[in-house]
Parts: sequence; structure tokens; C-alpha cells
Amino acid sequence: MATSDIQVAEHALQHHFADMEQQRETSTFGMWMFLLTEIMFFGGLFCVYLVYRAAYYTAFVEGSQKMNIWLGATNTAVLICSSLTMALGVRAAQMAKPKLMIALLLITILFGLGFLGIKGIEYHEHWVNHEFPGPNFHFVTGDPEHPATDAQHTEIYFSLYWAMTGLHALHMIIGVGLVLWIVLAGMRGAFTPHYYNPVENVGLYWHFVDLVWIYLFPLLYLISKKHGG
Amino acid sequence: MWKNFPLFPERASAWAWQVDGLYFLLVAVSAFFTLLIFALIFFFAVKYRRSVHPHAVQIEGSLPLELTWTLIPLGISMVFFAWGSLIYFQQARPPKDAMEVYAVAKQWMWKFEYEGGQRDINELHLPVGRDVKMIMSSQDVIHSFYVPAFRIKADVLPGRFTTTWFRPTKTGTYHLFCAEYCGTEHSGMIGQVIVMEPAAYQAWMSGGSSTGTLASNGQQLFQQLGCSTCHRFDTQGRGPNLAGVFGKPVMLDDGRTVVADENYLRESILNPGAKVVSGFKPIMPTFQGQVSEENLMALVAYVKSLAQPQGKGTDGNEAAAPGASNTQ
Amino acid sequence: MATAVQTVERENYLNANYGIKSWLLTTDHKRIAMLYLISITAMFWIGGFFAMMIRLELLTPAGDLVSSDTYNKLFTMHGIVMVFFFLIPSVPAVLGNFLIPLMVGAKDLAFPRVNLLSWYLYMAGGITALTAMVTGGVDTGWTFYTPFSTTYSNTHVIGAAVGIFIAGFSSILTGLNFIITIHRMRAPGMTWRRLPLFCWSNYAAALIMVLGTPVIAITLLLVAFERAFHIGVFNPQLGGDPLLFQHLFWFYSHPAVYIMILPGMGVISEIVTCFSRKRVFGYEFVALASIAIAVLGFLVWAHHMFVAGISVYAALVFSLLSYLVAIPSAVKVFNWTATMYKGSIRYNTPMLYAFGFIGLFTVGGLTGVFLASLGIDVHVTDTYFVVAHFHYVMVGGMVMAYMAGLHFWWPKMTGRMYPEGWAKLSALLVFVGFNTTFFPQFILGYMGSPRRYHAYPPEFQVLNVLSTAGSSILAVGYVLPMIYFLWSLRYGEPAPPNPWNAVGLEWMTSSPPPTHNFDETPVVTWEAYDYENQPQEEVTIGH
Repeated sequence: MATSDIQVAEHALQHHFADMEQQRETSTFGMWMFLLTEIMFFGGLFCVYLVYRAAYYTAFVEGSQKMNIWLGATNTAVLICSSLTMALGVRAAQMAKPKLMIALLLITILFGLGFLGIKGIEYHEHWVNHEFPGPNFHFVTGDPEHPATDAQHTEIYFSLYWAMTGLHALHMIIGVGLVLWIVLAGMRGAFTPHYYNPVENVGLYWHFVDLVWIYLFPLLYLISKKHGG
Repeated sequence: MWKNFPLFPERASAWAWQVDGLYFLLVAVSAFFTLLIFALIFFFAVKYRRSVHPHAVQIEGSLPLELTWTLIPLGISMVFFAWGSLIYFQQARPPKDAMEVYAVAKQWMWKFEYEGGQRDINELHLPVGRDVKMIMSSQDVIHSFYVPAFRIKADVLPGRFTTTWFRPTKTGTYHLFCAEYCGTEHSGMIGQVIVMEPAAYQAWMSGGSSTGTLASNGQQLFQQLGCSTCHRFDTQGRGPNLAGVFGKPVMLDDGRTVVADENYLRESILNPGAKVVSGFKPIMPTFQGQVSEENLMALVAYVKSLAQPQGKGTDGNEAAAPGASNTQ
Repeated sequence: MATAVQTVERENYLNANYGIKSWLLTTDHKRIAMLYLISITAMFWIGGFFAMMIRLELLTPAGDLVSSDTYNKLFTMHGIVMVFFFLIPSVPAVLGNFLIPLMVGAKDLAFPRVNLLSWYLYMAGGITALTAMVTGGVDTGWTFYTPFSTTYSNTHVIGAAVGIFIAGFSSILTGLNFIITIHRMRAPGMTWRRLPLFCWSNYAAALIMVLGTPVIAITLLLVAFERAFHIGVFNPQLGGDPLLFQHLFWFYSHPAVYIMILPGMGVISEIVTCFSRKRVFGYEFVALASIAIAVLGFLVWAHHMFVAGISVYAALVFSLLSYLVAIPSAVKVFNWTATMYKGSIRYNTPMLYAFGFIGLFTVGGLTGVFLASLGIDVHVTDTYFVVAHFHYVMVGGMVMAYMAGLHFWWPKMTGRMYPEGWAKLSALLVFVGFNTTFFPQFILGYMGSPRRYHAYPPEFQVLNVLSTAGSSILAVGYVLPMIYFLWSLRYGEPAPPNPWNAVGLEWMTSSPPPTHNFDETPVVTWEAYDYENQPQEEVTIGH
């Protein structure tokens, strides 16, 4: 068995690298660098969020109250579990357990699709409540006793909500696609304990997307009424 | 100087000579270094050309030289930084007794309103020798108020007042340009600044306005829009008493304190929920979409003119007395 | 006298495979560089066409050649094409892609397939943006200021923004590839202190590409969202802040100018050292200056906003930092000049362009110092002074460096020499034409002539006419190389591996190189620019 593992690894060695170790280190470095660019990409959005939250705190509180905390929390749990199964999948690859790896990655995909499904439900809710920016935007607190204090600026809150979660969802979809690619390659026997770097790198990407959500959830769903929080 | 081939516009404001002075110093220093580099390159290229100097002398570097040509430019730069900053600081601090002119920029024209209520389109009439503060906003996109002869420029923004000030020192007619690209007729959004002798200016002013001063227009709007319903001049109002509020610190309900400047007044009219005064309920409706830029300026001018309670008009502003028993 | 032509051509990267598929699906960094060369040259001529129309219109004070809307589209499209599709990719995508693996002794870049993807992204972005331009144009200025771009413009803003967005990812991936290649793919013995300065410069530029470009990507995406879906984060009527857009935009677009100039500076380092036959004076200082420019370049963006409505204190901070960022560039200029001291100077075309670069970049850089000074900037910002400043650094600097690099490495890339006489003439025409075009604009700017003006007051006409006259000379200076480079592909003298007797790994393989770059992985035992030990044979070709 060991011989064919090494043969698989050698087959995977690209011509411009001296050895597998150089290839592995290089490609991992590449994925980290790419994730750094993603931080800057989301960072721009987070910056816009921070500026407007400081300027229109009341509106942000009011907008945040219209978020469904239970669905959001469920989604957070779903993603954390998916990161767990992803990490275990990488470990399975390292331990020469290809079938286990495939199973864990399939569960990861299910969790990812679950996240997207719940997000879809939330989006539908917001859409029918006229909480999508544009000519049809109309914000009501939903509590007749307490009308909105700063309804005008909640449109900015919702613009950011849709932009940030939408961009995140797009990255999730890409992530699901990447994990699927790994599953298919794994089914063809492409990965061995000597060569599982692509699995690791996709894992890194998946964890990053998870981490972005961990920031998004409190920022969008859990804005405290007290200013200065 | 150089009438047929001018290198700089007329100097028509109090600090134009400072700006030009700094500019010419920069030109001189830049010319020196440029010529130095050009000369050295030329000299080395000729003196050490291959045919007469076939063997290069390998020189690694020189720490003293590196430090020299790092620290000397740094030192010279700091001089330019300091002088330039001093000028900018002056431009950022309009004197308290400056006369105020309000400007509304829109695609593609300038509308000016003077305190006396006169209006101008694309022409700005000013008396020579007096400080002038411009308070400006845009009805649509970003524009920029630029008078080369005064050496000032300030962007004019939608959603906010921006200010600049200057003191014209020379009578004459000068270019006014919009200096921030704003669409089709950006290059047509030009006008004239006409600086006049005091007597001529008085004569022009009295040709003036049929609608009253800017502040009195604001007072009318204050009534018409129902502001006076809540903003009474006693302690009974559902809204704060606005007498003397301009320029003073205001405590908000979330603990912050802000200064009531023009932008605060503007925001309070258009988005009252953003900053609620401590001790009051957030019940003021927004007037977004109901007041034009000109109306906003009139309202702001009116509030600025309101004296302190108990008639303490401190800064010589026209205390358009609300009338002792004016309640609604 | 004709040089003996080999009857059997050695196998190299150009003739290894034939057919369009072998080019469009290549992963060879050298072929990808050539693909970029063709597309970038096309973009240069498109941007140049827009420039020509602008200068023609400005011959007369009245707006009489084209309508106002057309003029606004012309300067916008000139800016977008030149900045995003020519200047930013040019040296990295053409020369960097070709040379970095060779210079570090590697067989290819770290991620060859990502490199090909970069080119496809560039093409997709370019075609998207050009389609927007051809089907109606964009008129927001390349700076896309809001709310004009989000709410008031009636042109193809989304198309242009999406095109730039896609091309931005091309830039990010190229930068990523460069950083990792330089870290991980160096040949044995190639330490950081032996790296050619071209690699240091591209490394510094790549850092900016990777960190800065994502910010403009998200910013333009938000502009596109606002136009398409009314997601109004920049709309003042909804409480949006137009200044926020400016901060986000300039956070990338200022470092972007260092993405443009740093690789050009790298080219100049290589050329000055070769044609002075001396190690660059103060190698460590020049290398570190590149990194300093990259870092400081991220800290100065609001100097584009001194009159935009930022606070006085913010303006002071950004003014101070803007002075600091000028210092490393000055250090480089002094070091290049000192390299020539007691060197052995040759006047080949690359060196002539290098002379031009050093002089003109000095003028451009010093006028940046004018702009960093708050009191001056208030008067000259948004005037032709700024236009002159950035054309001095971008065209007098960057394009000259690109031309210098193309000439210097043309023999390596194509196996042919260009005709030296014509090349020298072109360099001279470019220098004269450039200065005639842009120096008058400094004067125009200080006189108060605003930029982006379709029509102007009559007193500005003389200088405008002079500027347009210069641009026609400049155009000839650029047309000639197009012709003679193409000519050289068929009729130029075949080039030896090292026509300039330069020091560097790229010169130790054939011209053009084989697909795998080196027959054996080089082992580096000499310091960078070790001209002391480089034989100084007479150069027989292209003297």
C-alpha cells in the first residue's frame, strides 16, 4: 500500500517544484496569502459598517431588532459544526482513511447547504417585510407602541446587512463547490498521507469563511440598545 | 508682472502672497535639485563614458552619504510642511465677525444668498477689505468652490455644510470655477467674483432684496413649517429653546456633548433622531424632502441670529427678536 | 554585414509548440508574459487614442470638437484604461512574469495555472470595461466620486466598475504569485541579499497589490450594487457619506500609484547597473527603500482630500506622512546617480530611457512635494498642476521605465535585437515630446486652469496649444517602437544569450530561453551585480 501512496504523491508533484515538500509549503503559503486578501476585501465592508454604526447607532439598533436571533444563532452553530467536520476530514486524510474523509466532507457540505437554506428563509422574511433597500423599502419596528426613531437610516443598516451576508453567502457557495471537488478527487483516490495538501488548503478556506460569519453574527444580530457597547 | 506671459493669477486675497511665496520657494528648491540631478547625470555620463573610462570602479555604498541625502531632504521637507500647514490653519479659522455668504451649488450653477437677503446667480459681489465666510452646500453632487485669485478652494458637498473664508484685498473681477467634476456642464459652472469699493458695494446692496433678510426669511419658515409649535422660547416647549444655542455645546441623551454648529442645525432638521438633546423625547419629525437647500440656509441663519435668553445678544449678530409674546 | 544565421533554430519557449491552443492554454510564464504584452499594448493604444481626442479638443477654448458629454467620457475612459489596464499591469505582467522566475533561478512561477487565470481575468475585465465604453461610455472620471457615479450619471458605470473589479483580481493573483515565488522558489545560493533589485521592487509592489486591491474591489462593488439594487451606502439622501467613498477609493488608489512606479524603478536599477558596469550604489538602501515606499504608501491616501472636507488635524497628519513617503524615492534617485560615478557608461537605448526616467521622475516627485504642502495644495488641487504632476511620474517615469525594460530585455524575450539607431531617435522624440506636452500644464495649473474642463477661458489657450503640439511629437515617439519592434521579430539581428554582458541569471540562458528556463538549476555563489568579475568584452551588436 505504501508504495502506491508514494506513487500517487509523485504523480502529483508539479514539474517546477524540486520536491513535494517545496510544493506543499508553497501552496499552503499561497492559500494563507489569498486569505489575507479576503480579509482586506471583507475589511472594506467592515470599515463601512463601523463608520455608519458610529454615525447612526439608533438606526442600527432598530434594524438589528428585526433580525431573527434564533435563526442566526442556529446558523452560527451549524457553521461551527461544519468547521469541526472539515478539520476532522483533513485529519482523516492525513491518517490514510479516505472513506472517513469523504464521509466527513459530505457532512460538511450538508452543513453548508443547511446554512444557505436557513439564510434563504431569513432573506425571504426580510424581503416580504420590505426590508430590502430601494424604492420598496419601508421600515416598521413591528411594535406599534414604539415606532422607529430613526427609520430613515435603517436603510443603510439593511444595505450593509444584505451586502455583508450576501457576500458571505457567495463565499459559502464557492466553499461548498471546493469541498465537493475534494470529495470527487478523494473518490478517485487522489489523496494519501503523503499528499493531502489540497484538502488542507480547502479546509483553511472553509475555516476562514466560518470565521467571517462569527464576526457578522454579533455585529448584525446582537447590537445592544446601550450606546458605547 | 509678466503681463503677456503670466505665471500666476492676480493676488487678490490677504494670504495670496504667502501662498505664492511658498510656491516660489518650492520652485527654487525643486529647480535646484532637478538641475543638480540633470547636471550630475550629464557630467557622469560624459566623463565616465566607455571610450574614456573603460573600467568601472566598484563602490559598494557609503553610509554617511545615505544619511546625508536622507536627512537633508527630510529637513527641507519639514520647512515646507510647517509653512504650508500654517497657511492651511489660517484658512480653517474664519474670524468671528466675518460677513457670511451662503452658497448653494447645483448642476450647473452657483446660487449665492447674502445676509441681507439679496441673491446672486454665478456672480459674487464682495466689498474689498472685509473678511468673508462662505457657508456652502450642494443640491446634488459634489462641487468645489475655487477662486484662483484668492488661492482658496473648498469642496461643496450634498448633505452637509462646508465652509471657507478669505479677505479680498484688491478690487476687480476674478474667475470663479467649479473644481470638482460634476457632470455634463462642469466646465460651464463658472462665474465671477466682483470685489468692489465699499461705497459701490453699499450701492449694490441697497438695490437688494424684496423678500427681507435671510434671517427674517428663516423666521417665516420657522413659523410656516410649525417649528415654533415645539421650539418655544420658554421652558414649556416639547423641543429645546433655540435662543442662543448656536455655537454652544449641547448635551445629548446618550451622554455625548456636541457643539451646535451649522451642520448640527442642519442635521437636526433633516434627521432629528440622530442626536437627541438630553431631557427631551425623540419625537421631532424629519423635514427631509420638505426643505430645499436655500430654506435650510435661511433657517440656519435665523437660528444663528437668535440672541441668548434674557436678551443677552453677545456677538453683535442681528438679534431678530422673536417678540416677547410670540407663542403659537 | 550580415551575421551568420543559424540554419537549425534551437528549441526555445517560442517554438516549442505551435498552434493557438498551445498559447491560450499555456502555463509557461514566458508565454503568458507575451500574451500580456499583446493585450497591454492594445490597451495602451486605446488609452492613447482617447488622449489624442482630449488634446485635440483642447486646442481651442470653446468646446467645439465633441460635445460636453463625449468629452467627459473621453477623459474618464482615458483614465480608466491607462490606470487599470495599462499602468498597473504593464511592468509586472509583462516583464515581471517573464523575468522573475529567471532571475531567481526557478523553472516557473509558484502557481503557473493561477498565472494563466490572471491573464484571463485581465482579458475578461478589459473586454467588460471596453464593452461599457463602446456601447455608450462612462463619464464619472476614473475616480467614480459619489453621489455622481451612484445616482446622477446616466452612463455605463456598472459595466466599467465590474470590468475594473475583475481586472483587480488579475492583479491580486499576480501579486500573490510573485510574493510566493520570491519567498519559496529561489535557486540554491540566491539569498535575499543577492536578489536583483528588480525582484525587490516587484516584491514590494506585489505586497501592495495583494493588500490594497481588494479594497477598491469592494468599493466599486458597492457602487455597482448601489446603482443596480439601490443598496445605498453612499447616497446622501439616505444618510450616506460621499467622503466615505473617497476614503475607501483612495485607500487603494494611492498605493496603486506605487504599484505602478515600483516595478519601473526596479527596471531602472537593472539598467543603470548594467550600463555603468557597476553594482548599484547602496544596494541595501535601494532594496529597503522599495519596502519603505510600499509601507508608507498605505498611510497617505487622504492627501487627495485636503479640500474635500476632512478635519484640519487629519490633513496635518496626512501632509506630514506624504513628505515622508517622498524620501525613499529621493534616496533611490541619489543612489542611481551615484552608481554612475566612476562607472563605465554606455549610451544604449535602455540607458537613454533610464536617464530620462531619473530626470523626469525627479521633476514629478518634487512636484508631489508641492502637493503635499497644504497651503499650496488648496490652490492647485483639481487643476492642471496635478495633471502635470502625475503625468510626469507616470509617463515621464513609469512609461519610460517600461520602454527601457522592453528594449533591455527584448533580445532575451524574442531572440532579436531592435534597431539601435531608430530606438535612440524614438527615445529622444519621447523626451522632447513629453516635456513639451506636460511642462506647460504646471503653469496652467498654477494659473487656475481646472482639470476635466471641456472648455476653458481664452487666456489659457497658448499653453494648451503648446501642450497639444508636444503630444503629437510624443505620439510619434511611441509609434516608431511599435513599428521597429514588429520589424525586428522577422528582420532583427539574432541575439546572443547576453548581448549587454550583464550580470544576472536571466542572461545565463539562451535568448530566447528554453521552456524550462535553465538546462540545470543554477547555484548562485556570487553577489548581486558582481560586475567586478564580469568580463568586459566588446559588445559587437547594437552599439
